[in-house]
Amino acid sequence: MTIGSVPVRFGITIDRARCMLCGRCVENCPYDVFRRDEDTIHVNSRKCVACHRCVAMCPRDAISIRQRPVDYRDHPVWTEEVREAIYNQARTGKIILAGMGNAKPYPVIFDRLVLDACQVTNPSIDPLREPMELRTYIGKKPKKLEFRYDNGDISLETTLSPNLELATPIMVGHMSYGAISLNAQKSIAMAVKETGTFMGTGEGGLHPSLYPYQDRMIVQVASGRFGVNIDYLERGAAIEIKIGQGAKPGIGGHLPGEKVCEDVSCTRMIPVGSDAISPAPHHDIYSIEDLKQLVRSLKEATSWQKPVFVKIAAVHNSAAIAAGIARSSADAVVIDGFRGGTGAAPRVFRDHVGIPVEAAVASVDAKLRSQGIRNEVSIIASGGIRESADVAKIIALGADAVYIGTAALVAMGCRVCGTCYRGLCPWGIATQRPDLVARLDPEVASKQVANLIHAWTLELSELMGAAGINSIESLRGNRDRLRGYLLDESTMRVLDVKPVGA
Amino acid sequence: MARVTIDAAGMHYTPLNRRIREAVASGADEIEIVNVMGQRFIADGLRGDVTIIIHGVPGGDLGMFMSGPTCIVHGNCDHAPGNTMDGGKIVIHGSAGDAVAHSMRGGSIFVRDNIGYRGGIHMKEYRERCPVLVVGGSFRSFLGEYMAGGLILALGDPARRTGKERGIGSGIHGGRIVLRGDSLDRRCLGVGALARPLPDEGYERIAPIIREYACWFGLDPAPFLSDEYVEVVPSSARPFANKYTWE
Repeated sequence: MTIGSVPVRFGITIDRARCMLCGRCVENCPYDVFRRDEDTIHVNSRKCVACHRCVAMCPRDAISIRQRPVDYRDHPVWTEEVREAIYNQARTGKIILAGMGNAKPYPVIFDRLVLDACQVTNPSIDPLREPMELRTYIGKKPKKLEFRYDNGDISLETTLSPNLELATPIMVGHMSYGAISLNAQKSIAMAVKETGTFMGTGEGGLHPSLYPYQDRMIVQVASGRFGVNIDYLERGAAIEIKIGQGAKPGIGGHLPGEKVCEDVSCTRMIPVGSDAISPAPHHDIYSIEDLKQLVRSLKEATSWQKPVFVKIAAVHNSAAIAAGIARSSADAVVIDGFRGGTGAAPRVFRDHVGIPVEAAVASVDAKLRSQGIRNEVSIIASGGIRESADVAKIIALGADAVYIGTAALVAMGCRVCGTCYRGLCPWGIATQRPDLVARLDPEVASKQVANLIHAWTLELSELMGAAGINSIESLRGNRDRLRGYLLDESTMRVLDVKPVGA
Repeated sequence: MARVTIDAAGMHYTPLNRRIREAVASGADEIEIVNVMGQRFIADGLRGDVTIIIHGVPGGDLGMFMSGPTCIVHGNCDHAPGNTMDGGKIVIHGSAGDAVAHSMRGGSIFVRDNIGYRGGIHMKEYRERCPVLVVGGSFRSFLGEYMAGGLILALGDPARRTGKERGIGSGIHGGRIVLRGDSLDRRCLGVGALARPLPDEGYERIAPIIREYACWFGLDPAPFLSDEYVEVVPSSARPFANKYTWE
C-alpha cells in the first residue's frame, strides 16, 4: 500500500468540560465513531460521515465536527474530491457509488431568477382576506368542451379524462420502500393525506400498512417491474412509468441483496437477499411507439380509470421526448432534473449527466405549446426543488406541479450526509435496520413533512398575492413574472425570460 | 357452463376487453373470440377462473398483468404475450414474437412452435409463484436475459439449433433455463451464465411440464421424456456485488 491514508474527512472533538458521559453519542452512532471506556468517550473520526445524529442528540452541545481538519495543498483544478476519487479508484478499480443529489458546484438557475411583485399600477392581493386558488388538477384537459342543449337543460358531451385533484401543487416524489424505510414512507403518506396531495411509491411495491393511504399514492412501474401486479395497479390513485431518473439518467438501478429483507422481499415480490436489478431500459420499450403501448396497456388493465404519468430524466432532447409522451395517451410527464436525489448512484452519473430542471421544463412547455398539445399532458417538475420560491419559479416556467424528495427527507431529520447507500441512516430514513427504523416516529415525522408542505403553500400564496395573481393557473407558464439576473443570453432564450430591468 | 362468443372483426381492443370483462362479470367460464386480427392487450389485467379461446392472431401484450384466466390461442401471437403476468395460463398453437413472458411472475405459457428474441426476459419468482415458459420449437438470442427466477424449458431439437442464438441467460441471477440436448455450445452462453447437465431432480421437475405440453398440443411426450437436457443457471446470485466502491 503506497498511497497510505488520506486525511480524515471529518474531525470530531468532544469538549471534555461539557461532556457528562451520558453515552447518547455511543448509542446513536451506527457508524461506530464513539466508544465508551470507563470514564472516557473515545472517538474514531475516520468513520464519521457528518450525519449529525450525535450532535443532535448530545444534551450538552459537547460535540463539534469540522470538515477537512487536515488541509490538502489548495488547488482549483485538482480539488480534494478529485484527488480522493483517484486514490479510491487506484486502490479498488471500481465504480464510485455516491448518494443524494449532484454535488458539483454548477450554478443554480433558480438562484439567477427573480420573481415579480405589484407596485401601484396593478394592486397586489392579500391572501389573508382574499381567496387564493392553489388547487391543481393533474391530467389531460380537453381542447374544448361540447355541450348538449335539450329543452333548457345543458349536459356535457365531452368525455373527461380522470385527473388527480391536488390541494397544493406540491407532491412528494417516488422514494421506494427499500431505498427508504417503511416508517419514512408512512410518515410521507400521512403527511400527503393531511395536506391533500399525493406521493409516489417508487419501484418497491406497496406495503399493506400503506393501503389506508392508497388513494394518495402514485404507484410506479419501472423496468424491474418489482411489486407490479394488477392489485397494485388498481390500488394506486395514478400510475407512473419510470423511464429515467435525474440523479442517474440513462442507467437502471439495483437494490443490493443485503437490503432485501423479509418485508422488502414481500412488497417487491422477490426472494430475500436477492439483488433487485432494474435494467437501464424497459425490455418492452425501444421506441416512442413502444412507450405508447406500455401506457395503453396500463390504461387497459385499469379500464382507463387511472391517470398514467411518464417520468423521464432531464436530458438534452427532453422536449422532443415529452412531445412524444404527450401523444402516447399519457396524462402527465414528469421531468426529473440533474439535481434530483437518489439513495445510490455512480458518482460520475450523479455529478455529470443530465441538465437542470429549470431549462428542461421551460423547453418542454414551449415545445408542447408550439405544437398545440400542452393541454394533452400536465408537467410535473422534480429534482432540486429546495424551497417555495423554486416552486413558484418552476411553475412560472411552465410546470403544473412539483415533486419534492430530499426536502421531505430533510423535514424528517435528514442532514444530507449523502451516505444513504450504506443502509445505516441514523435518522431511520434510508435504512432497513429495525433499531434504526424505530427511531423515526411516523406520528411526529408526518407532522413535520405536513408542516413543510403547509408552510410552502402559505409562502406560495403570499408570492402569488404579491404578484397580483389569485390562481395558480395564472402563474403557470407566466414568464412575464420572472426575470433573469446575471443569466447568460442563451440560457434566457431557452427559458424565454427577459433580463432584470427589461 | 356459461359460454360466450364474441366476434372481434373490426373491433378496437378497448371495446373488446370491455366485452370480455362484462362476460366474466356475468359468470361466463368460457369465452370464444373469433376473427381476432391484431388486437393488443387481450385479457390485460383480467382476473378470474375463465378460459378464453382466441381464433386468429392477437396483437402485442396478450394476457399482460393477467391473474388467473387461461388463454388458448389458435394462431400465432405478436410480441410479449404474458408480459408481467401474475397467474393463469397462455397456450399458443403456433409461434410468438419477441419478449415472450417478459417479467412474468406466475402462471405458465406453452408455445407449440417458435419464439423470437429475449424470450423469458427478467422472469422472476417469489415463494410459491414460479412462472414457467415452455417453447416447443426454436428461440432466438438472449433467451432468459436478466432472468431472476422461474423456469424456461426449450424443447426444440438441438440438432436444428443454428448456434446463432447467442446470449442465453445473459445477466441471469435467478431461476433456470432447461434446454433439450446433451450439451450447449459455450459460445451461446451469455455473461454470468453457467451451463451444466440437468441434475436428476431437474428431470423430475420437468417431466410433468413436458406431459402438459404434449397434452395441450396432442403430441407424444415419450421422445421428450427420454431425451437428455442441460440447464443454464446463474454463475452468481449477485452479479453486481463487486462493481462498486463507496465515495
